[in-house]
Amino acid sequence: MIEVRNINKTFGEKHVLKNISASFEKGKCNFIIGASGGGKSVLMKCMVGLLTPESGEITFDKRDFVSMDYYQKKEVRKEIGMLFQGTALFDSLNVEDNVAFPLRMFTDWSEEQIIERVNFCLSRVNLTNSNKLFPSNISGGQKKRVGIARAIALQPKYLFCDEPNSGLDPLTSRVIDYLIKEITEEYDITTIINTHDMKSLFEIGDNIAFIYQGQKWWEGNKERIRDSGNEEFLTFMKASEF
Amino acid sequence: MRFFQHFGGYILFLSTVFSKPEKWKILWKQIIIEANNIGVGSFNIISLISGFTGAVSTIQIGYQLVSGLVPEYLIGRIVRDSNILEFSPTITCLVLAGKVGSNISSEIGTMKVTEQVDALEIMGVNSSSYVALAKIIAGFFTIPALVVYAMMLSLLGGAVSGHLSGIISVDFFVKGLRSDFETYSVIFCMVKAFTFAFLITSVSSYQGYRTEGGALEVGESSTKAVVYSCMAIIFFDYIISQLMLFR
Repeated sequence: MIEVRNINKTFGEKHVLKNISASFEKGKCNFIIGASGGGKSVLMKCMVGLLTPESGEITFDKRDFVSMDYYQKKEVRKEIGMLFQGTALFDSLNVEDNVAFPLRMFTDWSEEQIIERVNFCLSRVNLTNSNKLFPSNISGGQKKRVGIARAIALQPKYLFCDEPNSGLDPLTSRVIDYLIKEITEEYDITTIINTHDMKSLFEIGDNIAFIYQGQKWWEGNKERIRDSGNEEFLTFMKASEF
Repeated sequence: MRFFQHFGGYILFLSTVFSKPEKWKILWKQIIIEANNIGVGSFNIISLISGFTGAVSTIQIGYQLVSGLVPEYLIGRIVRDSNILEFSPTITCLVLAGKVGSNISSEIGTMKVTEQVDALEIMGVNSSSYVALAKIIAGFFTIPALVVYAMMLSLLGGAVSGHLSGIISVDFFVKGLRSDFETYSVIFCMVKAFTFAFLITSVSSYQGYRTEGGALEVGESSTKAVVYSCMAIIFFDYIISQLMLFR
């Protein structure tokens, strides 16, 4: 379980995150939704340690991440998998080496064990016979699959997905959604998905935190959305044609 | 003020780059790849430039010294000294600052703007060390090797051009090369080569690593990497010459 408490983040004069608190449950797809520029990505970057909040707590299973030193954070980061909006695959490495990267970096496994694990992860995301292709030679949907395979290679406890459907056609988007859902439940991972795709939320979402203008305006499960009574949230939903 | 800000940033960057790598085996593999990119990849351009530098310097020195009062072999000696002391290390490294420096900066800059560096950080990898250390180590050994090669080829180019243009025979040229030869000149040249190699790779890595934005900023970083590397080379050329030649 991941909890954030009273997170504040500013960039110069701009107060981007204002006292945000939320909790994200294990084995569930936890969504952070909101309009572009609302602070979703900044919140996610604070949670994975790419940005440091000015104040507040972020706990990974009761371990306070913000107050940890570099080496302690490093240990927690090995338990984190992340799927980036632009996939962030290493251009110079082929699909196999991209997925093998965290395994080669952090395990003492033999090359055979690594390749076996890589093939397992790639088959888990339904991507076979692509091991030797480079990121520039595969489609956007395939890149996302490789990104997921790389993220789960080390069997993470926490999975962060930043706009997993951006740039994908509706059909591929749903495939990626269900893949994330299956992996979350199968490995009992705490998954946090940052998106403004409401369809995705209704398909696989369990818990939702709505961020608007740097503040959390609503938190709950998807069954309670329609009677949330939150005007900004309902306006956002209507704009998404829901 | 901005200079000190960047200088501080550069020192902090180096302090994170030179930390214990995650896996020595991976670092070693990276060094081999980078050595191939920097060394073998620059072989042709260095051959062309150093050969012609030697040839042109022979013709120009010959043009100024053709007189019955000056022994012919002095042309070879002056070509030797000017190439070993200045042309081979400095011109080679200025060319490499353009070729290798911009390459390093744009590669790291692209990794930065496409979140590949963030991906490394989130995995728990020291990203600055991963992207820059192998390049710096590979450059530190391959660039001086290229300078040695350039030194040899420039003297060869000088001998050939002297012979073809009829300025000086090969025998006299070689006599000039061997007269009053001091190994200290080569030591001086290599000190410059190692210093410039470190400057090119580290300054370019730093410029690439601090890239933020998109394609436009990657281009800007690449330009800055070349400009700042060249400025650093010229500045340290003066410092090293002052320290080592006029002690």
